[in-house]
Amino acid sequence: MPRSTASAMLLVYRRDLLIAFRHWDQVAQPVVFFAMVTTLFPLAISPELGELRAIAGGVLWVAALLAALLGLEFLFRSDHADGTLEQMLLSGHPAALLALAKGAAHWSACGLPLVLVSPLLAMSLGVPAQALCTVALSLLLGTGILSALGAIGAALTLGLRRGSTLLSLLVLPLVMPALIFGARAVDLAIHGEPATGPLLLLAAMLIFVVTLAPLAVAAALRISVE
Amino acid sequence: MAWTWLHKLASPPHAYRIAGRLAPWFGWPAGILLVAGLYGGLVLAPPDYQQGEGFRILYVHAPSAWMSMLVYGTMATAAAIGLVWRIKLAHAVAAASAPIGAWFTFAALATGSLWGKPMWGTWWVWDARLTSELVLLFLYFGYLALRASIDDRERADRASAVLAVVGVVNLPIIHYSVNWWNTLHQASTLTKLGKPSIAGEMLWPLLAMILAFTLYYGAVMLVRLRAEILCRERDASWLRGELAS
Repeated sequence: MPRSTASAMLLVYRRDLLIAFRHWDQVAQPVVFFAMVTTLFPLAISPELGELRAIAGGVLWVAALLAALLGLEFLFRSDHADGTLEQMLLSGHPAALLALAKGAAHWSACGLPLVLVSPLLAMSLGVPAQALCTVALSLLLGTGILSALGAIGAALTLGLRRGSTLLSLLVLPLVMPALIFGARAVDLAIHGEPATGPLLLLAAMLIFVVTLAPLAVAAALRISVE
Repeated sequence: MAWTWLHKLASPPHAYRIAGRLAPWFGWPAGILLVAGLYGGLVLAPPDYQQGEGFRILYVHAPSAWMSMLVYGTMATAAAIGLVWRIKLAHAVAAASAPIGAWFTFAALATGSLWGKPMWGTWWVWDARLTSELVLLFLYFGYLALRASIDDRERADRASAVLAVVGVVNLPIIHYSVNWWNTLHQASTLTKLGKPSIAGEMLWPLLAMILAFTLYYGAVMLVRLRAEILCRERDASWLRGELAS
């Protein structure tokens, strides 16, 4: 019985989430990495909260980007290895929509936990309470952008030697605009100013990449699987 | 029928011959314009009233920066053509262009940094245009690295083409976000095409240099394209005949 595309997407999403939480250590690793990188900065710079507060926006954003980058490598790898990916491409459902479902699952398992712990880490860097909401909101949008753009890189580097280094090389220049607006939003919020502007720009960017990136991911997957 | 010349152009033997014939037509004017532009820029143009003689590096910096973007655009266009119509020659054009573009970007960064020393007092300033040029260099690196790490030529062509198209869509976003992030640089002197805020005797050498760099790119790209075709078609019979004659 042919399933509708929507139910196929839901199936892919739930399956990927199930697999992710069966290997819960893989879900935990980026979070631990995020916490560790954030800890390095007080050790390297100063325990003084005032000094840390001045760089907190940048530190949180760079650490979260690097942590989210870690998990990207596994986005398509096991599905590629056992042939599931090929079956998905042959299934007759639009590959872009299945890629969107996979990306969404990856974001729920890898990006969302980072967003959830970010207020805690922000507090440890001396970010005032009224800015914590902006930190989480900016990372909510930012990790989505990274998952969408990173999926393109993951699809292009599928099955390559030293794929992970290459992946960072491809994806990091593309996410720099998100970093600019995200860190700026957090900075504004820390100084008690409204951060709506950069947040709206981030949201626009998220809509843009979520619309177009699945098409590029589908094209890249077809090239890599061929 | 009108398209037959295009199909002919897309076949490697034709492209190989045409590229060989066209290259000098780009190379010689480029050389002549380069000499004229350098003479005009370094000798004839008066020193800038603010920057003195230091501004003369503009004659290399601005054309390099212009070329770094033009070559990326050309590369992405060729890549998109290759991706959509599966024309191998278009991929060869993209592959031949990428290293040239990366070098132009590097030249723009290096001359920008040299210019920064007398103007700002430091070699490097996180100024908007230098920074977006740096990100552009990273994009070129990514493209070259992806191409280099895939052994299968067809996959390398098509995967790097997807990356080039994604990059070119992102380029304006990167450019404007970096601008928003920092607007320290003096306003661009050539953006107002109607009335450029630069004296005529300073302007014509700049235009000559821009044209010279563009033609130079054309010439080098054609030569590299021939090398690329030689490499890709090394087992083809037409090549044996071509090289024997």
